Amino acid sequence: MNTSATALGAGPTVVMRRPALIVSGFLSAVSAMLIGSMLAIWLDFRSNAPLRESTEGGKMLRDWLPESIKIPEVATNTMMMTFVITCVMAQWAVYSSRRNDSKHVSLALGVVLLTEIALVNVQLAIYSQMGIGVRDGSYMTMFYAVTATMLAIIIVCMGFTLLALFRSIAGRAGDRDLVSAHALYCYSMSAIFAALWFVVYVQK
Amino acid sequence: MTAIDSSHSATSSSGSIATRSTLLGTIAAYLTASDHKRIGRLLISVSAIFAIATAIEGAILGIERISPSSSIVDADIIVQLFSALRFDLIFSVAAPMMLGLAVAVVPMQVGARALAFARSAMLGFYLWLFGVILVGSSYLNNGGPGGGNAEMVDLFLVGLGLVIAGLLLISASVATTVLASRQAGMTLMQTPIFSWSALVASISMLLTLPVMAGAMIYVAVDHAYERATFGATEGVNAWIGWAFTTPQIFIVAIPTLGVLAQIVATMTRGKQPLRPGLLIGVGLMSTAVLGAVTQSSHSVSFSGSASEVLKSLIPYLFFNHLSILGVFVVLGLCLLALKNEKAKPTAAFVPAFLGVGMVLTGMIGGAVFRITNLKLTNTVFDEAVLVYVCYGVVLSGIGAIAHFGPRIWGREIPSGPVLGLGLLGFLATVLASLPYFIAGFADQPASVANNFDYSGPIWLWNSLVGAGHALMALVVLLFFALAAKSFRSGTVSSATPADFFESVNG
Repeated sequence: MNTSATALGAGPTVVMRRPALIVSGFLSAVSAMLIGSMLAIWLDFRSNAPLRESTEGGKMLRDWLPESIKIPEVATNTMMMTFVITCVMAQWAVYSSRRNDSKHVSLALGVVLLTEIALVNVQLAIYSQMGIGVRDGSYMTMFYAVTATMLAIIIVCMGFTLLALFRSIAGRAGDRDLVSAHALYCYSMSAIFAALWFVVYVQK
Repeated sequence: MTAIDSSHSATSSSGSIATRSTLLGTIAAYLTASDHKRIGRLLISVSAIFAIATAIEGAILGIERISPSSSIVDADIIVQLFSALRFDLIFSVAAPMMLGLAVAVVPMQVGARALAFARSAMLGFYLWLFGVILVGSSYLNNGGPGGGNAEMVDLFLVGLGLVIAGLLLISASVATTVLASRQAGMTLMQTPIFSWSALVASISMLLTLPVMAGAMIYVAVDHAYERATFGATEGVNAWIGWAFTTPQIFIVAIPTLGVLAQIVATMTRGKQPLRPGLLIGVGLMSTAVLGAVTQSSHSVSFSGSASEVLKSLIPYLFFNHLSILGVFVVLGLCLLALKNEKAKPTAAFVPAFLGVGMVLTGMIGGAVFRITNLKLTNTVFDEAVLVYVCYGVVLSGIGAIAHFGPRIWGREIPSGPVLGLGLLGFLATVLASLPYFIAGFADQPASVANNFDYSGPIWLWNSLVGAGHALMALVVLLFFALAAKSFRSGTVSSATPADFFESVNG
């Protein structure tokens, strides 16, 4: 096809304004809206659950979380703290990247990867300790749906960390755009988990 | 303002050109394409093919309802066809068509050499296409919302998830191109109006589609394991039905405002009064997002005490009318520009203007639909609103291709046929929708093809709707053939960039 009639010469300089950071912002927004909508439905179900009398008697409770289920709070709180550590390590990577310190960038990103593996491990441990089945009832179905979605977000972040880590090991420690974008996603992921932690594990 | 011809094909290595001579090479080139024009062309072409199929679906449903006492299609298939029509109009036609235009045009408008994250946009196209095919397969096997085949309902939900993922990837790519790849010196305020509308639409989709995905995950997990909490197959409509109706559907129509304003800006050589008003108008239309993220519709009832009316009126106005105000702002400013300047008329203006008109009619219909006193719920009125908006998008797409096509493909498209097809498309849209506005007031039930009755010419309204859909299928087919012929072997375009992109300081 001949397009020479309208083809133009080179245009002015194109300035790429940190595209990875912008995409990371969009990814954060998408993740926040995804978990936000699921928590909204969770809260809707919880507030509309029928009332029942507590086992001590006299007190009316929402029939939402089955009495036989115990949330392993030590594990869930550890998970929350691990997210804080992930954020600190991600920021360390940004700090080192600004100084072109490739060793510290790689080390920080490596620690982030470790904490993310720990997060996946804790989530699996929570499933194991709770010992509930996805078919056991409304609460269980919704619990697995929302926490497994969060787990998927953590795994996406692990992919992001691996990408940044490989680039850093390959000698692109000064690639601040990607390292900053990674840190932004870590912060967002932590904020999203904080909301989930409060609604699902603290308020139950 | 300078536009950049950013076709990768022009700069690709000779090796890649050689490979295109073989079938395998062509397939490989399409599978791994990162040229925004090629990705955009794929999206536009495939959505146009789906538009023809969807219009045929609509025609079958119209014909089926001509005589409520007899049926020509199996009852199970009819239920699935009603659901498929809604899905196809939004997710197979309107959304990908507008995103395809954005992918093809936005990089050139903002002076970028390529689409940001072009390969993720390409992946998005294939995810979307594969998702639509899965959804279509599930519909064919009685597996859509409310379907009797549970395994196929699971397939439907997987397909819908892929469609959402694909559209999200394409939207992220378009929005990042506008935000990150503008040429030096171009501020967001100076961004061409079509690119601005593409940015607003993309961000709106990025904010609303995950909400739909969240509800869908619950429904999918419940359907796969328990089938009690979210209502089994019926739960699909109950929990994600809001994504197939107003105001969510307005989001896919946001770029229609950009297409119209862009054509007017070209006609008036960029002398647009109150240009920031255009940007605000497009932004106002995106307030439809607010209605969508609440996952519910906001109705008003004019019965009861004044305080009760006020209590429902304020959210109703906020969620349903702000976006309509945005369309009025853009239309008003476009007409003002045309009045003030010696505009050079173009054929593309006709379908683009009529397209926005149809979208506006659908939006006003959507607002009327939410007045509970009129008792339009569960009538065909809602179907008419959807068809008005989505066929308005198709008309706008015809205008956009006629306007931007010569810049993208370097060849002219004849004005006469564009004008004729635009007018014919307008007639088709009115025929496919307006009778159901009337039949809605006469209480013709929604999603029902048999055993209904009301006082009025049932056969007439349904015949007109069937004819309208059939005419739209013909219009899209003819325009597709015209565009393919013109952009392949038409006269070489002599237009300058100023004919396509407004000068902000003009």
